[in-house]
Amino acid sequence: MKHLRSISETGAEGLLRILNLTESMAEINTRAVPKVPALRGKTVVSLFFEDSTRTRLSFETAAKRLSAETMNFSVSTSSVNKGESLRDTIETITDMGVDAFVVRHKSVGVPWQISQWTNASIINAGDGAHQHPTQALVDCFTVREALGIQDLSGLNLTIVGDIKHSRVARSNIQAFSALGANITLVAPPTLLPLNIEHWPVKVSNDLDAVLASTDVLYMLRLQSERMAQGLVPSLHEYSTRYGLDDKRVAALQASAVVMHPGPMNRGVEMLIDPSDIPNSLIHRQVTNGVSVRMAVLFDLLSAEEM
Amino acid sequence: MTIVVKGGSVVGTNGVDSADVLVENDVIIKVGKNLTGDITLDASGCHIFPGFVDLHAHLREPGREDTETIETASRAGAKGGYTALIAMPNTNPAHDSVTVIEFVREQGRKAGLLDVFPSGCITMGRQGEALAPLAELSAAGVRIFTDDGSGVQDPVLMGRAMQYAISLGVTMAQHCEVSALTQGAVMNECGCSSDMGVPGWPAIAEEMMVQRDIEMSRITGASVHFLHLSTARSVDLVRDAKAEGLNVTAEVTPHHLSLTQELLTTFDPVYKVNPPLRSMKDIQALKVGLLDGTIDAVATDHAPHARRDKELTLDQAPPGMIGLETALGVVLSAVDLDPVQIAAVMSRNPARIAQITEQHGHNIGVGDIAHLCVVDLGATWQVDPSKLASKSRNTPFVGRQLRGMVRSTMYRGQITVQDGVAQK
Repeated sequence: MKHLRSISETGAEGLLRILNLTESMAEINTRAVPKVPALRGKTVVSLFFEDSTRTRLSFETAAKRLSAETMNFSVSTSSVNKGESLRDTIETITDMGVDAFVVRHKSVGVPWQISQWTNASIINAGDGAHQHPTQALVDCFTVREALGIQDLSGLNLTIVGDIKHSRVARSNIQAFSALGANITLVAPPTLLPLNIEHWPVKVSNDLDAVLASTDVLYMLRLQSERMAQGLVPSLHEYSTRYGLDDKRVAALQASAVVMHPGPMNRGVEMLIDPSDIPNSLIHRQVTNGVSVRMAVLFDLLSAEEM
Repeated sequence: MTIVVKGGSVVGTNGVDSADVLVENDVIIKVGKNLTGDITLDASGCHIFPGFVDLHAHLREPGREDTETIETASRAGAKGGYTALIAMPNTNPAHDSVTVIEFVREQGRKAGLLDVFPSGCITMGRQGEALAPLAELSAAGVRIFTDDGSGVQDPVLMGRAMQYAISLGVTMAQHCEVSALTQGAVMNECGCSSDMGVPGWPAIAEEMMVQRDIEMSRITGASVHFLHLSTARSVDLVRDAKAEGLNVTAEVTPHHLSLTQELLTTFDPVYKVNPPLRSMKDIQALKVGLLDGTIDAVATDHAPHARRDKELTLDQAPPGMIGLETALGVVLSAVDLDPVQIAAVMSRNPARIAQITEQHGHNIGVGDIAHLCVVDLGATWQVDPSKLASKSRNTPFVGRQLRGMVRSTMYRGQITVQDGVAQK
């Protein structure tokens, strides 16, 4: 595999390979000195045109634990601020000799566009509302780990919130359905994409109706700009109908787990303190982020020489 | 000095006749068998059409001469068989003053490869706020008005423009797009746009304005031309309006007859265009509309863009694709038109809509101005961007096999293109 730009490009086989590889990486991360020389001599550039805490730091940590060199690109102090084009930026960095770009951009499709301008591998760390494949890998791995299962077939995943603008939702739908899970999307009608009859999902506007049958409850962040766009009548109405509170947690099966990709909007979609959720996987998602990204970097960059 | 266009089939209004065409200076002086002249232009195996007329070309001059000039667009047009272009008004400055209109026409004259007829803006600066000086522009020779690039959103303003249109005998051409429905949109609203997570461009954004202007044409009686129709429902609306006898006409672009929304899944901004590429169902309806006369004309919407602009992200890149040199081939590869229909949609109907029938879109008869193009309908060719005369390269048809090749073009009795090569 040359690039990781979307889950569909990876396929079920690649997905399983990376998930299995993640287990080895997780083992490395339990060692006293969590560092191996696997990618010594390789250079990984973080190219974040959009803000990030988790994804950016976990990629950098992952690269370092595999002994890759890391280059850090900060848009606010780069020549992008002088009007340098995306193409020129990519070609300039490529000229310095890099093996992989980890790129996040607000515009859909950027990872595909820049792969025409460099021979390096492209890892999509989020393009607009389109894809965030490493988050989906993190989430699949975390569910497998928490439930102690390899096969997700028959598992009921419920994704709640702003599906329409969510790259996490799009990647997770592809990944979890490839692994056999049943997926239900829950959102107000205006936060669901149109024309998705071909998506492997069921759709509901009623969160309470699906809680009892849910194995994995996945809460998405509601961005405040959706309010400004008038997509929901009020935050109060949204959080009343779709927010996770203690009553809804109590309505879940005892075995059900709760996930959130972060950053959380407390008081909007998260009305309960996450530490009060018995089966919250939110911290495991962050922890596993490093192992998954180590697996992705290793898969893309060590395969080259084979 | 005389030129004889020899050995071809002349495409008249009612049929095709094997005949030679003899041209002296800029006029056709004889049509018949076995003619001779000082110079012979070989048309054997080819059809001779009246020179094509493009209702919809963005020439980019003044303002963006780095992407196209009136001269380079004229050369591209000549290679595509065109002898007249209607220049769209979204230049900088826009076509909202007599000065700009005269400049554009004069640059066309200097290039001398075809007739450039500037359209006029409906509103000042195409801002949709105040009427442009329609009567002044009309007196300067403008026959067709449009704010193309955007539609006139305000129905009050559009109503006033139509009242003016009646008194001046000019045509209002509308770019049908209710802009409130297309904020941030990069492609047709469809399953693909939802997969990609990009704002979709709904069909209704076009259809609402088509419907509005049909109703306003009914009330005012004004002649309304619908630019670049792209949806099945738009075709139905225009068909019904015509059946009612309303004064409306419509055009379709070669790309809307041949390319679908799925191309956007490559994320290549070369496929971003306004209106967007739609579904196969829309393409089928547009073809039916072209064949049954609901759609009068093929128009290119030739829209040159610099490479650096088409290398922006999908949401930032400007919409549009070039089309003058590929129009005939793309249309003939997509739709089964006979020679008389080709002459109608590429030349005679657009000339009528643009009100330039005194010089263009004629029947290739004695006394007509010698605007001709010689086409090998059976020839196939591949689009090679390095051979395009346009200054820009943003064609979505690279490497495509097209049927129907323009061999030669004659403008005012001068050979502008011979064997596919521009002569100046």
